[in-house]
Amino acid sequence: MTADANLALAHEPGIEPDRAAKVVLEAHDIVKELGHGARKVRALKGVSLTLRAGEMTLLMGPSGSGKTTLLSILGCILTQTSGTLAVAGRATAGLTPEQLAELRRRYIGFIFQSYNLFPTLSAEQNVRIALDLRGERGSEATVRAQRALQQVGLRHRMKSFPANLSGGEQQRVAVARALVGAPSVLLADEPTAALDSENGVAVMQLLAEIAKDTSRAVLAVTHDPRTVPFATRVLRIEDGLIVGEERRAEGVETVHQLARNRKRKANA
Amino acid sequence: MTLLLAFRNLSHDRIRLAVTLVGILFSIVLVAVQLGLYLGARNLIISMIDRSDGDLWIMAYGTKNFEEAQSISARERFAALSTPGVVKATPLIASFTEWRKPTGGSTIVVLIGADHEDGGLSPWNIVEGDVSGLGARDAVIVEKSYLPDLGLTGVGDTAQVGASRVRVTGLTEGIRSFTVTPYVFTTLNRARTLLDLPADKMTYVLVKLEPGADALAVRNEIRKSVPDSDVLTKAEFRTRSLNHWLFATGAGVALIGGAILGLIVGTVIVAQTLYSSTKDHLNEFATLRALGSSSGYIHRVILAQAALSAVLGYALGMTIAMAIVYFSERTALPIVMTPALAVLLLGLTLGMCAISAISAIGKVMRIDPAMVFNR
Repeated sequence: MTADANLALAHEPGIEPDRAAKVVLEAHDIVKELGHGARKVRALKGVSLTLRAGEMTLLMGPSGSGKTTLLSILGCILTQTSGTLAVAGRATAGLTPEQLAELRRRYIGFIFQSYNLFPTLSAEQNVRIALDLRGERGSEATVRAQRALQQVGLRHRMKSFPANLSGGEQQRVAVARALVGAPSVLLADEPTAALDSENGVAVMQLLAEIAKDTSRAVLAVTHDPRTVPFATRVLRIEDGLIVGEERRAEGVETVHQLARNRKRKANA
Repeated sequence: MTLLLAFRNLSHDRIRLAVTLVGILFSIVLVAVQLGLYLGARNLIISMIDRSDGDLWIMAYGTKNFEEAQSISARERFAALSTPGVVKATPLIASFTEWRKPTGGSTIVVLIGADHEDGGLSPWNIVEGDVSGLGARDAVIVEKSYLPDLGLTGVGDTAQVGASRVRVTGLTEGIRSFTVTPYVFTTLNRARTLLDLPADKMTYVLVKLEPGADALAVRNEIRKSVPDSDVLTKAEFRTRSLNHWLFATGAGVALIGGAILGLIVGTVIVAQTLYSSTKDHLNEFATLRALGSSSGYIHRVILAQAALSAVLGYALGMTIAMAIVYFSERTALPIVMTPALAVLLLGLTLGMCAISAISAIGKVMRIDPAMVFNR
């Protein structure tokens, strides 16, 4: 199955969201202005969205459409010019930078395009640092880090340093790091952009399974059409506004089918 | 994890770590040598005062230090002896004089005259001969390390002081003077003869107090009796001598100034390398910020880097400093290292590195964590 065919699967309208699923992130009428004076730019022009537990949402759009800015605001890294944001039921308005940092380490897991692993730490230490930031240390933290690595299939590489891991493995370590603190929402910035096709599929499959199996909301910013089959929902953003929302029924089932097809094709 | 991350950040770039450690090392050695010289000078200046058996010192008015004093008369001694609380008042002579070498030429020495039996001030660390040997005709005891300066080879050699002959009957080791002028010990009466002083003259009166006597009260009482002389406690005379040699002459200021300069140079080097190390790891610090690290966590990582550098640099610096201390032991001005100075140096090193970390912390605190999305 080609990437185009994957994309075609995504366009099945009329699928209703699971209204009973818990809302873990809610943004309303988010506006973000960047720059000052004559160089002021409105990067976001009033974005509203809700992320529910168990959903894998893709945020797609062309370069400069505001994807990363929106992700930064939803991740409490940037603050909005106006509008409201609530993460895990906590409104972010008026919070100090330290309080926003606490919100990030308690409720949000990040996955970055370039993995952002610490090159001087082993895979296990890279995962454990997310717990260390939360004040969780000792043998229990080590066990949790190892369990997270097991969850992404990398327990056998826990002593390896990033330089000795493939791109796909590094991104899986980053997923384990995002996951280990049991956040309510995972935010991924172009998680497959630096990966080859096979590793990209593996990472997306992992994220989709995390969303489904652990009842977390996953939002991935991407412009990679290969990622669409893994989503339960696709949001399209253009020029600072959400211009489209598509819901998909197949979700992870389709993902498994895709993986099987890919394997069959490779064997042939 | 903060310590681990700090250690890995440091050891990641070994050349930079080496530069940091060399910077700290030089700073520590410089500060250790300067402060060690200061302590060494201090010990030399006050050694005679500390070794004396006097609780109070009576001396000519305006005396600034042990070596440079005018003579006083026996009246001062009797005034002290008649003061309640005084056990004994021992005369002591200390004066610059000319020493004519047996090999020709002359040099200036400080002649110290005191009777061993009186217990005022006797030579110590005698490595050849005996203090009782001073009872022999023309006898003097000199410092071993000054033998070449005095034109001598050892015990039994003779020289001339004033118009009289003297003979070396003993040698001391480690009794050096701050002015590098050799001390020559002899008896009180022989000193008077050599210096051509009248029998009732002396340089100091060392006053020994009764146990439990109030030194300040007795001092004030003696002062009333000898208004034209200075009466000081041992501590006051020590302070006055130190102030004269170390601060009035500028010698101590130069040593302390050198130590401060060492600290400044060390701080600048460590700050520069720590800042550049932090800059190299900026993406990692931005990732920490994005992952929700508190400011305190990042401060701890950078401060741990600074502390690790400090401890490593200190260990290396102190090793070299101790070697310098060892080799300086037999020089005119030995460098002194005490446990208190070693602890002070560790504190200064940690403080220096903590101050150096400020610029690095400032840099990290200004990071926009959103930069993690732009890589």
